[in-house]
Amino acid sequence: MKYLENRKYVIQGIFLMVGIVFAIRLFYIQVVDSSYKQAAETNAIKPIIQYPFRGLIYDRNGKLLVQNTPVYDLMVVPKDVKNLDTLRLAELVKLPLEDVRERLKKARSFSYVQPSPFYQKLSTQEFAYIQNNLIDFPGFYINARTARGYPHQSLGHALGYIAEISPRQLEDSTYNGYRPGDYIGKAGIELEYEKYLMGQRGVKYKMVNVRGVEKGSFREGAFDTLAVAGENLVSTIDLDLQAYGEYLMNGAKGSIVAIEPATGEVLAYVSAPFYDPNLFTGKDYGKNYMELLQDSNKTMFNRPIMADQNPPGSIFKLTQALIALEEGAINPNTTYACNKSLVNCHDHPSPLNLYGAVQHSCNPYFYQAYKALINQGKSPNTFTDTAIGLKEWREKVLSFGFGQQLGIDIPGEKKGIVASTDLYDRVYGKNRWKYSTIYSLSIGQGELGVTPLQMANFMAIIANRGHYFTPHIIRSVGEDGKPLKEYQEKHYAAVSPQHFEPIIAGMSEVVRAGTGRRANLDKVGIEVCGKTGTAQNPQGPDHAVFVAFAPRDNPKIAIAVYVEHGKWGGQSAAPIAGLMIEQYLTDTVTIKQQEKWVLSREYLNIKSK
Amino acid sequence: MEKVLGQTLSSTTRSRRSSGFLAPHLDWVTVLLYFLLVALGWMNIYAAVYSPDNVINIFSMDINSGKQLAWIGASLLLIIVLMVVDYKVYEHLAYPIYGFIILLLLVTLVVAKPIAGSRSWLDLGGGIRLQPAELAKFATALAASKFLGSINLRQQNFKDQMILAAITFVPPVIIILQNETGSALVFAAFILAYFREGMSPLILIIGGSAAAIFILTLLVPKLYLIAGITILMALATWMDYRLLRRFKVMIALWGVVVAMIFSVDFFVNDVLQPHQQNRIKALINPEADPLGYGWNVTQSKIAIGSGGFWGKGFLEGTQTKFDFVPEQSTDFIFCTIGEEHGWIGSTVLIALFMVLLVRIVSIAERQKSVFARTYGYCVASIIFFHFLVNVGMTIGLAPVVGIPLPFFSYGGSSLWSFTILLFILLAIDANRAKDLAR
Ligand SMILES: [Zn+2]
Repeated sequence: MKYLENRKYVIQGIFLMVGIVFAIRLFYIQVVDSSYKQAAETNAIKPIIQYPFRGLIYDRNGKLLVQNTPVYDLMVVPKDVKNLDTLRLAELVKLPLEDVRERLKKARSFSYVQPSPFYQKLSTQEFAYIQNNLIDFPGFYINARTARGYPHQSLGHALGYIAEISPRQLEDSTYNGYRPGDYIGKAGIELEYEKYLMGQRGVKYKMVNVRGVEKGSFREGAFDTLAVAGENLVSTIDLDLQAYGEYLMNGAKGSIVAIEPATGEVLAYVSAPFYDPNLFTGKDYGKNYMELLQDSNKTMFNRPIMADQNPPGSIFKLTQALIALEEGAINPNTTYACNKSLVNCHDHPSPLNLYGAVQHSCNPYFYQAYKALINQGKSPNTFTDTAIGLKEWREKVLSFGFGQQLGIDIPGEKKGIVASTDLYDRVYGKNRWKYSTIYSLSIGQGELGVTPLQMANFMAIIANRGHYFTPHIIRSVGEDGKPLKEYQEKHYAAVSPQHFEPIIAGMSEVVRAGTGRRANLDKVGIEVCGKTGTAQNPQGPDHAVFVAFAPRDNPKIAIAVYVEHGKWGGQSAAPIAGLMIEQYLTDTVTIKQQEKWVLSREYLNIKSK
Repeated sequence: MEKVLGQTLSSTTRSRRSSGFLAPHLDWVTVLLYFLLVALGWMNIYAAVYSPDNVINIFSMDINSGKQLAWIGASLLLIIVLMVVDYKVYEHLAYPIYGFIILLLLVTLVVAKPIAGSRSWLDLGGGIRLQPAELAKFATALAASKFLGSINLRQQNFKDQMILAAITFVPPVIIILQNETGSALVFAAFILAYFREGMSPLILIIGGSAAAIFILTLLVPKLYLIAGITILMALATWMDYRLLRRFKVMIALWGVVVAMIFSVDFFVNDVLQPHQQNRIKALINPEADPLGYGWNVTQSKIAIGSGGFWGKGFLEGTQTKFDFVPEQSTDFIFCTIGEEHGWIGSTVLIALFMVLLVRIVSIAERQKSVFARTYGYCVASIIFFHFLVNVGMTIGLAPVVGIPLPFFSYGGSSLWSFTILLFILLAIDANRAKDLAR
């Protein structure tokens, strides 16, 4: 037994022997033989990131909306800075000495070993001058990359912008693969389509010696990957129409949204006041951005999709009429008297049938029609009956895309407001409200909020006689140019196609002989169907609305124009819509007197009633 | 006080469940060594994935160090479970556990989808994968120990020897079929444990010589090797009269060695699959497979060699970054230590392993049952074999075999497998006083 126990010494001896052999071998490799150290000197491998070109964006006619322009950043690695002549550096970059010191301090506090930008976005001349002198400034180098550029001044709100990735995003695992200093879409299309636009970074491995001097590519580039350029996008925007819309809205506040009804493609997307997207590309990006963010006109407010607190006004009478027809509460020949004791109205022939009521926008007519729709007598209790009616009405309203995000491919879309039984129960208490409480809904006032995008989409629904495609601003991604699948699906409004004709006939009358005459294009043979509206504004002059589509048969464009403080849709918004329609359909503008009227801004001075 | 406590404890636990935590004899030196190795491993895993251009927090779950920390946390739970479970189950259930693992190995062989040519990963769903080959080590150690406890190896009963050989070599055969040759080789380590229990030293000598001849055949040209061995054997025969009397035996032995040299040559060039050939050839001539394993060895030696005496400092390494060696934080983790901590750091690590191994042997020796002692030796042998091959490969003394450095390398399966292996021994050891009292 004892001799077996002694075998533990043999086993422990084997262990220790191997340990000693390893230690000796390591001593030989690490201390005695210096060839490995020399090999390491020429063998350090430095990965050099190859930045891909960000995808370009074209308009629907192939005009360039967004391009790339080269910019140069002066970078610094504090660890490598040696014998720095601060004074000479200040002369080189033409900055005050104090500023240079401040920038160096900032770079050091960011990281001692990592490169950080010392001076960003040098012009080509600055780049050439600094590059020539950089040899005397170890630790500094020029990093070339591309910035966004725009060969026009339009569409800032929809395009969005790119900027350096934020520290917060870097910590978020959704942004895996991004590195400090990378640029990333922050708003608009740039944000929404980031994953397509960004492309794929490549990397080149270079052999460098201990002094960081490149010794050629590593293993003949066997491990290198090429940068893959981002996908190009084709937008649905018509740049000429867009620019014209901005021209018409210059100096005003509001929105224009134009949609192609057959596809849901957004043709124009104006948010006024607007800004030149080039403001966000230069050296002064930060300053410009803050100024726009803080200005009193709320320039950065993306009105077409975010202004959802304003009631639609009279244009909503169309919605009410469609639903009332669908429910059988009225028919096209139903007539009501213009009973001004119910709700105020202006002077016009009375009584009217549905066509006339739409043409003259008769408030008492819709008061009575909406009452017939809401109080159908489904319950003997008038309170319960109103609640039932409102609930069913609300569902139909939602089917028109109101009260919910339509899903446009621009981030930040708001839902809007559609009155609900819950809302009134909260405010008045259950069974404490009836038709007389909610009647202002009948004429598009009260607990309603609609974005300009939803208004334009509503016009597309009428133009299509009952359906719409999700409005979108990008038609296709990449080379093949095929329309995106997610925008091919038809959404149906809960109103049958036959009920649209009477409404459309009334809308045609509005433009031919009613409140929307300033949008009339009979002269060039285009039958425009439209409706004016006024959104009451307790803070100042009312907002003006005009919605339209044209031509009446086989419509090509649906449009919503919203002019803040424009008072009457017929005066301010209607001519803009008419001009936009003519520009889009014929590429010229013949109704010059309307253009002159719009640009004069005289309607802003018309005294209120 | 301690004595009183021990007595009350053993008297209360004897009637009920016996557990490691309640026992006063947990070997804290080993526990400390375990945590030291695991913590050092974790820091070096971070160093291996660290890039100064893109610093990621050591705790980030996006990189290996963060994941390893999660696995270390899971290991702590594992340790608690192993300590709370009645230590006797390891002996009682040795065969069922072994049978279950064999079954698992076979199932894996059938259902596993190949990952890098190997069919050894069992997908448990939810992104969790298990490598049963890792678990086979402790299961085989338990079964072999239990079997040895029931027989007397010195009696040279042929049937017993065959059963022991079967217990030892069935798992590696299945593992080889799974294309995990590295893990299979580990089972050769059991020979050390059997040697302690009375196996003829001849097997150890023959095995060791065979391995030596195998590696020498690769390193030295055939003719030189045969000439050298001939001269060595002739000298020995001439110097020792006892050998001279067995002249015929010596001639036969010479013949066997020469045959073996030729068969190794044949084996490497004609039997092994190309990727296995490359691993072995890389040992002789790293340039022979510049893009693959040879390159790994060259890079690994450059990394370690450039570390010098003191090393470049934590996270300051330049050679072990950028993931050029795909197994940088798993099988080649030793490079990072060699580069960043130099000869001093490497030697300290080697010393830590030596202390651990010697400690495990002494733990094994103080066990009262053959089962417990054999199991202890199995643990030491398995850890030793991993250490030998893993470090040997990075410094060019062993072929490139993809097995991890115990407690150190990145990877959940391997960390858990070594944790189970070691802490079963510690649980048994902590309760040894009770066996005495029985
Ligand atoms: Zn009226």
